Amino acid sequence: MQLSELRGSPQHADRAFRWLATGAAGVVLVVLALIAITMTDRARPVLERMGLGFFTETTWSVPTGTFGALGFIYGTLYTAVIAIALAVPVSFGVALFVTQAAPRWLRRPLVYTIDLLAVVPSVVFGLWGLLVMGPALGLHGSYATAGIILAIMITPIITSLSREVIETTPTTDKEAALALGATRWEMISAAVWPHSRAGLVGAVMLGLGRAMGETIAATLVIGNTVHVTANPLAPGYSMPTVIANEFGEAEPLHKSALIALAVTLFLITIAVNLVASWIVQRQARRSAGR
Amino acid sequence: MTAPVLDLRARPSWRSVKDRLMTGLMIAAVAIVLVPLAAVLSSLIARGGGIVLAAFPDFFTEEIPRFSRRAGPGMGPAVVGTLLVTAAATAMAVPLGVLGAVYLHEYGGRGRLARLVRFMATVMTGVPSIVMGLFVYLLWTIRFGFSAFGGALALACLMLPVVIGASEQMLRLVPGHLREASYALGATKSRTILTVVLPAALPGIVSGCLLAVARAAGETAPLLFAVGAAKAFNWSVLHDANTALSMQIFGNAMDVPAAQDRAWGAALTLVLLTFLLTLTARLVTGRFARRR
Repeated sequence: MQLSELRGSPQHADRAFRWLATGAAGVVLVVLALIAITMTDRARPVLERMGLGFFTETTWSVPTGTFGALGFIYGTLYTAVIAIALAVPVSFGVALFVTQAAPRWLRRPLVYTIDLLAVVPSVVFGLWGLLVMGPALGLHGSYATAGIILAIMITPIITSLSREVIETTPTTDKEAALALGATRWEMISAAVWPHSRAGLVGAVMLGLGRAMGETIAATLVIGNTVHVTANPLAPGYSMPTVIANEFGEAEPLHKSALIALAVTLFLITIAVNLVASWIVQRQARRSAGR
Repeated sequence: MTAPVLDLRARPSWRSVKDRLMTGLMIAAVAIVLVPLAAVLSSLIARGGGIVLAAFPDFFTEEIPRFSRRAGPGMGPAVVGTLLVTAAATAMAVPLGVLGAVYLHEYGGRGRLARLVRFMATVMTGVPSIVMGLFVYLLWTIRFGFSAFGGALALACLMLPVVIGASEQMLRLVPGHLREASYALGATKSRTILTVVLPAALPGIVSGCLLAVARAAGETAPLLFAVGAAKAFNWSVLHDANTALSMQIFGNAMDVPAAQDRAWGAALTLVLLTFLLTLTARLVTGRFARRR
């Protein structure tokens, strides 16, 4: 780009290619705009009918045309919180082991093996959770079952992001701690942790966004009944799962309600993802500047 | 002189105990991750392998039984559907994504439009797959009916930001002196990009795209309202309802045992397909790393 003055004389082909590339990049903007317009347009009927009650009521009754989404919003947040609570300590442990404690020869095979978990399609985890893990643990469809399955699914992404963050810890910081006589754990808590804290929060939030949007695995194991309760063994329901179950045979107003749910889900995950990527980028800039 | 040192080593301090305890916890975390992986893979091999091997080539070539109670093979149409949907999605998302990345890195740089596109691509990565499914239903299926193409549209929307991100990262790795050498020879910018920059970044881009394809091939939610539920072969991308392995797993999981068996067979097939794509991507990356 700094060499633009050296570029050959502007030719038609050159300019055409530039426009082609610009257009391709513009597709992202067009698709997102289309998503925003079509979805909010279709969501309007139910929001006009229910008002704010759509977000504060728990009654979801198709025959009477009452659509309150609170039960699904609660279920989405609750399963995501269970998943995060289970996945985060394990992911951090694995990331620390791979970067700080494992013998060098073991690191790459271990990383590849854990990445295999990320490749298994979500519906396969759902099938396994429904037919193997649930019966083995004596769990029926419930918040806990869905939380465990989601935890397994988001562990690889949190692990690999935390690994990247931890690896940016300057070697000088770590060696300084060790030279002062710190044990490995003291080195981790004195050098690695302060450096990585912000980036790790970002990694967790990206995992949270993933867990809230996950549909198919949760649909098979969540129980598919609205229950606003703190009991993890109770069957539940969440935003993506009710869309997957009901949209196929829905009447227009019912469809509108499900689309409004999708818009709500979309807004929540976008907010979580943006905060997460902002934190991760700030961390990356800070460590690149050192 | 050495006595105090020996003395210190003799009784482990709380500090070293804590260190060992924490290392032990880290190893436990690794074990906890490996348990579900091993459990999923062994169920897949035991239950999926059973039905696939019992009717070896037939499982991949026969139609899906019209009545789910009937035991026995048949996932042929789902294999065809998954390949069609994924191939069509790849054909749309990869050229667009790579061109978009070329714009971002070679033309846009730090300009306003490029920054906006990058930001929106981040937003798009976060769109839940079920939302993309509803979007494509409203945009396409409601007008043109079920087809493999509708599913492909949804998958392409999910793949696009991933392909853009991976490709831009690879373009960043192409050393600037390659571009300068090409300009010095009098090549235009577009010619430099097409004949110098893209070939240099190609292995990395291919591997990034294969990973995106592998993820897309396993998706279910975006296909639910776009592809339909065919049980017979449909080789057409644009016309009539089709099916896919992931949708068959989802549909049969809560059905009678005979159907659940077929779901396991389909799951094994799907996992083998995605592992194969991932492995190819790793091999391409490995060769790229050696060459550089």
